[in-house]
Amino acid sequence: MTISQSALLEVSDLVKTFGTGDVATRVLRGLSLSLAKGEMAALLGPSGSGKSTLLTILGTLMKPTSGNYNMLGQDLIAAGDKELTTFRNLHIGFVFQFHNLLPDFTALENVIFPTAVRFGRETPAARDRGRDLLVRMGLEERINFPSANLSGGQKQRVAVARALMNGPELVLADEPTGNLDRASAARVMELIGQINREEGTTFLISTHDEKIAGLCRRQIVVGEGVVTG
Amino acid sequence: MLYALKIAGRYLTASKAQTALLVVGVAVGVFIFIFMSALIGGLAEFILSRTVGDISHITIEAEIDEPAVLISPSDLDGGHVLFVTERGRVRTATLSDAATWLPLIEAVPSVRAVSPQITGAGFLTRGGQVSQVSVTGLEPGQESAILDLEGYMVEGTERLGAGLIVLGSKLADDLALSLGQTLRLQSSNGATATLTLSGIFDTGNGGMDGARTFVSLGAARTLFAMPQGVTQIEIKLDDLNAADATALRISALTGLDAVPWTDGAEQLMEALNAQAQTGYFLKTFALITIVIGVASALLLSTYRRRPEIGIMRAMGASRGFVVFVFVTQGAMIGLMGGVTGAALGYLALLPFPSRDAFKAGTLPLDITQGSYGLAIALTLIGAILASILPARSAARVDPVTAIGQ
Repeated sequence: MTISQSALLEVSDLVKTFGTGDVATRVLRGLSLSLAKGEMAALLGPSGSGKSTLLTILGTLMKPTSGNYNMLGQDLIAAGDKELTTFRNLHIGFVFQFHNLLPDFTALENVIFPTAVRFGRETPAARDRGRDLLVRMGLEERINFPSANLSGGQKQRVAVARALMNGPELVLADEPTGNLDRASAARVMELIGQINREEGTTFLISTHDEKIAGLCRRQIVVGEGVVTG
Repeated sequence: MLYALKIAGRYLTASKAQTALLVVGVAVGVFIFIFMSALIGGLAEFILSRTVGDISHITIEAEIDEPAVLISPSDLDGGHVLFVTERGRVRTATLSDAATWLPLIEAVPSVRAVSPQITGAGFLTRGGQVSQVSVTGLEPGQESAILDLEGYMVEGTERLGAGLIVLGSKLADDLALSLGQTLRLQSSNGATATLTLSGIFDTGNGGMDGARTFVSLGAARTLFAMPQGVTQIEIKLDDLNAADATALRISALTGLDAVPWTDGAEQLMEALNAQAQTGYFLKTFALITIVIGVASALLLSTYRRRPEIGIMRAMGASRGFVVFVFVTQGAMIGLMGGVTGAALGYLALLPFPSRDAFKAGTLPLDITQGSYGLAIALTLIGAILASILPARSAARVDPVTAIGQ
């Protein structure tokens, strides 16, 4: 069920070319896409189709060669590095295939990082929300565990909690279950679905797994650098 | 930026062995810096104390009046010169108003001691043996005001009184003298005094030990027919480096010609300057080593942590935040290494004798000249500067590439 049908983001005519001259590779070839608030969409497509590049651009970690990108009414193509950093911190969460936690920090410290870096310190309110998120992820026994000592599934759940810490409107997940066993993958997807339903957070999940894609209400297929379905 | 501080601290404690090694490396550099400071400073102190410590820091000598010219050149026109005055072989200039100046000079800041003296030449006779000597008349009770006579005594006492003489060990050996023997001292003026040998000193300076004698100021007045005044005033200062300024002040105050020890000591000053320059070079190299060590270690650290830096950037950490994390790491390493090195340097210097007790044959390490605060401050600044390049490199990490590693 879609909580709101108003557009969260819109990209149009996105082109991304890596390299120049003879070795130039055009990965996105005029891709256009719109995501509504509260959507839970799967991004499908073969390797090299441009899924990861699209997620990176939507996450404001990379700018396209050309095209338009608007999110929450802001033109993110024209924005500078500082504005994009702040925007990313407030409105976008990331879940990577390999969790990418900070290994020298505990689970809780990892989760509250986006808020701590925003305020320049770990506030009590941030700690409370971080704990709540970890409890919600079923990790109440692992709150103060060094992240390096967690299992793969636990690490990925910590990564989901971290992505949700600042209450972002959009969470981009790149193969979030690609490195997990079936049970752990199911648990992570269940949590993502729960957050989407209860909080209306928009999820765009890049995956090769048809089962994972089946859990999403919308499937976006990318091929040859454009949306094909 | 408390949070950046926390992350920097966590990174350092996460790799304890690497951090410890780095801190030890910095500490060794600081230790060398402090050791060199103490050695160069101590050596300069030692050389100065050996060359200047026992001499007057400021000397006021009476100006010798030129003989009066009795005839002017114009008098020679058409006339005959019947009589001219020739400079005498022995002339003694006198500071006749010395007693007036002494309290004024003593009141000048940094003046430690003032010694009015009568000096001259004479012949010391024992039996058939005669030796040419220089004679210095000193105020009884102020024998060690300038030269540490008390410290150099090997026999008897330095205390001077009526009818007593103190002389050097070489002179005593040459004339086969022993304490209590009676000697005859004839001054260049022709006056003679019979004196009892009351003390023998050994300064290690052959010229002084073989020809210098000390008598009381009263005895010198008799020998050199000087019922009042003195020939020179010697002044000792608390800080011999203040000699030039203090001499100017005394000259302005008294109108007398006060000469600091630095006049005529240009070669010594050049040698000390050269030594100080050498010290600066060595200390600079120690600092450069610290900077290079910190910079290379942090560069390695930023390279190793590129994926984490990428994650931080993806989570909304600004470039400035990343720079601050790594510069803080550098500052922490510099501070820890600086304090550790300074503490080690201080402990290593503790067993060495203090500057007042330097002895020949030992390293003249002056613990008070370790420049501990300077060493820590320079190390801290150096470490911060050294960390800027790695920190900027970290801030430029592309999150996409870094996370993909």
